[in-house]
Amino acid sequence: MIKEAENLRFLNLKICGKRNQIMDNYAIEMLGITKKFPGIIANDNITLQVKKGEIHALLGENGAGKSTLMSILFGFYQPDGGEIKKDGKKIKINNPNEANALGIGMVHQHFKLVECFTVLDNIILGAETTKGGFLQKKEAKKKVLELSEKYGLYVDPDAIIENITVGMQQRTEILKMLYRDNEILIFDEPTAVLTPQEIKELMAIMKNLAAEGKSILFITHKLAEIMEAADRCSVLRKGKYIGTVDVKDTTPEELSAMMVGRNVSLVVEKKPSEPGNVVLDVKNMSVASQRGKKDAVKNVSLQVRRGEIVCIAGIDGNGQTEFIYGLSGLEPVKSGMIMMNGKDITRMPIRKRLTSGMSHIPEDRHKHGLVLDFSLEDNIVLQRYFEPQFTNKFGFLKRNSIREYANRLIKQYDVRSGQGPATKARDMSGGNQQKAIIAREIDKNPEILIAVQPTRGLDVGAVEYIHKQLVAQRDAGKGVLLVSFELDEVMNLADRILVMYEGEIVGEFSPGQVSVEELGLYMAGSKRMEVGAHE
Amino acid sequence: MNKERTKKASILRNDGFQTTISSILCILIGFLIGYIVLLIINPKGAGDAILAIMKNFLYYSSAVSAKKYLGTTLVKASALLMCALSVLFANKVGLFNIGVAGQYVVGAGASLYFAVGLGMPWYISLLAAIIFAAALGGISGFLKSYFNVNEVISCIMLNWISLYCVNMLLSTVKESSTPYTKPLSSANKDGLLPNLGLDKIFSNNKFVTIGVVLSVIAAIFVSILLDKTKFGYELKATGMNKHAAKYCGMKEKRNIIITMMISGALAGMGAGIFYLSGIEQWMIGQTSIPAMGFNGIAAAFLGGLNPIGAIFASYFIQHITSGGTYVDKTMYCTQISDLMIAFIIYLCGFVFFFKLFLNKYLDKRDEKMAAKAREGGEA
Repeated sequence: MIKEAENLRFLNLKICGKRNQIMDNYAIEMLGITKKFPGIIANDNITLQVKKGEIHALLGENGAGKSTLMSILFGFYQPDGGEIKKDGKKIKINNPNEANALGIGMVHQHFKLVECFTVLDNIILGAETTKGGFLQKKEAKKKVLELSEKYGLYVDPDAIIENITVGMQQRTEILKMLYRDNEILIFDEPTAVLTPQEIKELMAIMKNLAAEGKSILFITHKLAEIMEAADRCSVLRKGKYIGTVDVKDTTPEELSAMMVGRNVSLVVEKKPSEPGNVVLDVKNMSVASQRGKKDAVKNVSLQVRRGEIVCIAGIDGNGQTEFIYGLSGLEPVKSGMIMMNGKDITRMPIRKRLTSGMSHIPEDRHKHGLVLDFSLEDNIVLQRYFEPQFTNKFGFLKRNSIREYANRLIKQYDVRSGQGPATKARDMSGGNQQKAIIAREIDKNPEILIAVQPTRGLDVGAVEYIHKQLVAQRDAGKGVLLVSFELDEVMNLADRILVMYEGEIVGEFSPGQVSVEELGLYMAGSKRMEVGAHE
Repeated sequence: MNKERTKKASILRNDGFQTTISSILCILIGFLIGYIVLLIINPKGAGDAILAIMKNFLYYSSAVSAKKYLGTTLVKASALLMCALSVLFANKVGLFNIGVAGQYVVGAGASLYFAVGLGMPWYISLLAAIIFAAALGGISGFLKSYFNVNEVISCIMLNWISLYCVNMLLSTVKESSTPYTKPLSSANKDGLLPNLGLDKIFSNNKFVTIGVVLSVIAAIFVSILLDKTKFGYELKATGMNKHAAKYCGMKEKRNIIITMMISGALAGMGAGIFYLSGIEQWMIGQTSIPAMGFNGIAAAFLGGLNPIGAIFASYFIQHITSGGTYVDKTMYCTQISDLMIAFIIYLCGFVFFFKLFLNKYLDKRDEKMAAKAREGGEA
C-alpha cells in the first residue's frame, strides 16, 4: 500500500511538473479575497491558487482565517473584495448549492452522516436518481462500487454507518464528493480522528485522487502531514496571506515559523521525571456506557505518582471520556475503587473531590469547563465561589474580592479578553477560554491534575504555553494525568504512556521505548499486552 | 461625529434598553392588530373600544372614581406580579414553570381555607398559601431532578389536580346561597390583610392593602437574590449550563427542587395577597384555571425576565385587562375584551424575537459603516 502510494506520488510529481510549465492552469483561484466583520478583518487580501491535480495544503493557526476563506469558497459569505476564478473564468458563488454545482466538495472535520442509514444511502442523500418517484438504488450502487474501486476507497455500501470504523466513515464522505463528480475536494482537518495507520491510508487515497486529476485542498495544522502529502502549501496568519511554498523545498521549522510568525519549539523541554508517592490509585474500575449495554470502561487499573505525567493515549471514543467521568464523579462507577492520597473517593461527591485536591481540565470546555454566558470573573471563581474569601456569612458574594482574584489570575496566566474580568466567556477566543480554565484549575493548587485534551483546537502558541504549564505542575510535585488523542502531544509530554482501547488498558510504555507506529497498532486494537495493577 | 456614533450604538446595544424598546414595540403592534380586528368586526366602535382598553380607570371623569379603580388595578397587578416573578425565577434555572397557575390555585385554596374555614389571622393564612404552593412546586422539581420528568408536563397535570382539589376543599366554606366562598369581611375580619392607610390614598378602596407593597418588595428581593448572592450565582450557573454546574460540584438536583419551591412560593403568595384582600371570592365548581398564572408567563416575558421589569409589565397587562371591561358591549360581544388582551399578550412573547432582530440590524449597520469608513480612508 505504502509503496504504491510512493509510486503514485512520483507519478503525481511528474504530472505537476508538466503542469507547471503551462502557466495559469489553476483549477480554482481565490484572488485578493478580503472579508471584514465588525471589528476584525478575517481575510485581508488573500490569494489561494490550487492547480489541477495537486494537493494543496492550507496551513494556519486557529483564527488565521482558514474557515472564513473556505466559507467564502462555499458561498456562505460573500467577499468584500477580490474574485474567485474556476479554470480561469471568473465566477460568483452565492450559496453552497452553487458551489456544489461547480464541483466543489468538502469533507468536514465532523462528518455529516446519518448514523442509522447505510453507506450507500448516505452517499446518494441529496443527489438521488429517481424514476417516477422511486429510488434507483441499483444504479447508484453500481456507480459507488465503480468509484470505490477506481480510487481504492474500500467501503461496504450496505453497512450501517454507526457500525463501521471512523476510517470507513471518512471514505464514505469522500465517496459522497466523488459521487457528485466534484473536481475540487476540500479536506478539513481530516486526520484528527484517525490512527497513524489510517492516516497513511488517507494520504495514499489523497495522492491517488490527485493523480486522477482531482484538485485537493488540505486544511491542517499538522506539519508532518503536509510534508508527507502536499505538493504546495499556502500559509495564513491573523487573516493575512503569508505565502505559498513548494513543500519539497521547505522544512517543518520554516512552515511553523511562517504560521506563527516566530520560531516555536516543537519539542517540549523537560527534565526526566522524579516520581514520588502514589497520589491517584485506580483499582479495577468499570463504568457503564451511556449508550449500549457494554461497559465503556472495563476493569481499568492505573496509578499516578507525584512528579510524573501519565498519559492515556488512544483514539477518541475508546472509553477515555467515561473513565475521566468516573474519576471526577460526573458518572457513577459501576465497580472498582478510586484512591486519592490514600483516601477512598469512589463514592465521594464531586465538590468534595474538587476541594480535597483534584483539579480537572475537562475535555469539552463549552459543555463542562465554562458557563459561557457568565463573565470571565464568574467563571474564574466557578470552583471557589463558595469559599469564605468570596462569599460572606450571609450568603452574599464578595464582588470586590472576586474581581481582585480574577484580575490576578488574568495577569498571571495572560488571559486576554475585550473587557477584562467583565467579558462574557462566550466572547473570548478558544485559546483564552482554555487559559482561563487552566488558570482556575492550577491556581487551586491541586494534588492531582487531570487534563483531557487540554490543547484541542488551540493554536501553536497556546499549545506551547499549556504544555509548559503541565510540565511545571509536574515539576512542582503534582501528579498529572493527561488524556490526549494527539500522538505528538503524548510523545512530547508523557513520562509514562498507557494505551486505551475499547475501555481497556492494552499497553504501557515509556515514551523513549516505543515508536509512533507501534503505539498506533495498540491504539487500533491490533496488538495488546497484559497490563496489571502495580502493587 | 464618529465618537457620537459609537456612543449611540452602545446605548442601542444595552440589554435593558433593548428589552424596553422591544417590549414597547410588541405592545404597539399588539394594539394595532387588535384595532384591525375591531375594525373588521364593527368599524364604528373600534376607536372607542381601543381607547377604553388603553384608558382603563381614566374612563371615569371624576378623580375620586379614577383613583379608586386605579387601586383595584393595582391590587390585581400585584398578584400578577407575583406570578410573573414565579415564572422568571424558575426560568433562571432553565425551567419553564407553567405550573404557576396551579400553584396560584393552591395558594388561593390554602389562604381561603385557613382564613375562612379555620379562622386564622391573615399572616398565618398567607404563610399557609406560600407553604402549600411551594410544596406543589417542589413536586414538579423533584420529578424533574430525580426522574427527569419534563416539568411542563408534570406542571400541567398538577394544575388540574390542584383545581379540583381546591374546589373540593373550599366547598366546605361555601356560602349557602351563592357558588362563592364566604366573604372574608363577614366571616373573619382578622383574615383580611391590613390596609395601613393605603386605602385612604385610593379613595377609600378597602381592597388596597399591604399586599401591593409586599409584591414590590418581593420583586426587589428576587432581584437581589439572583444578582448578589451565592445562591443566585448557583441557580444561574445551573440554568445556563447544568453540565458545568455539575462539573464544579453544585448540587444541581437540589437546586432544581429549591428553585421550583421558591417559584411555587411566589405564586402562592400572589394568590394569598389577592384573595386575602377580599377583592374576590373563590367560585366553587369553576372548571377553568384562573388566568392569573398564565398571564404571569406573559408578564414575565414582557418584562424581559427581569424582576424590576416585571413590575412594569405586570401593571401594564393588568391595566389593559381591566380596561377591557369598559369596551362597549352593545357593539361587541362580551369576549371581545379578552380577545384584545390575548392579542397584546401574545405579541408580548415576541420581545426576544425583536431583540434578536435589532441585534442583527445593528451588526449589519456596523459592517456597512465600517465599509464606508474604509472607503473614505482609501479615497
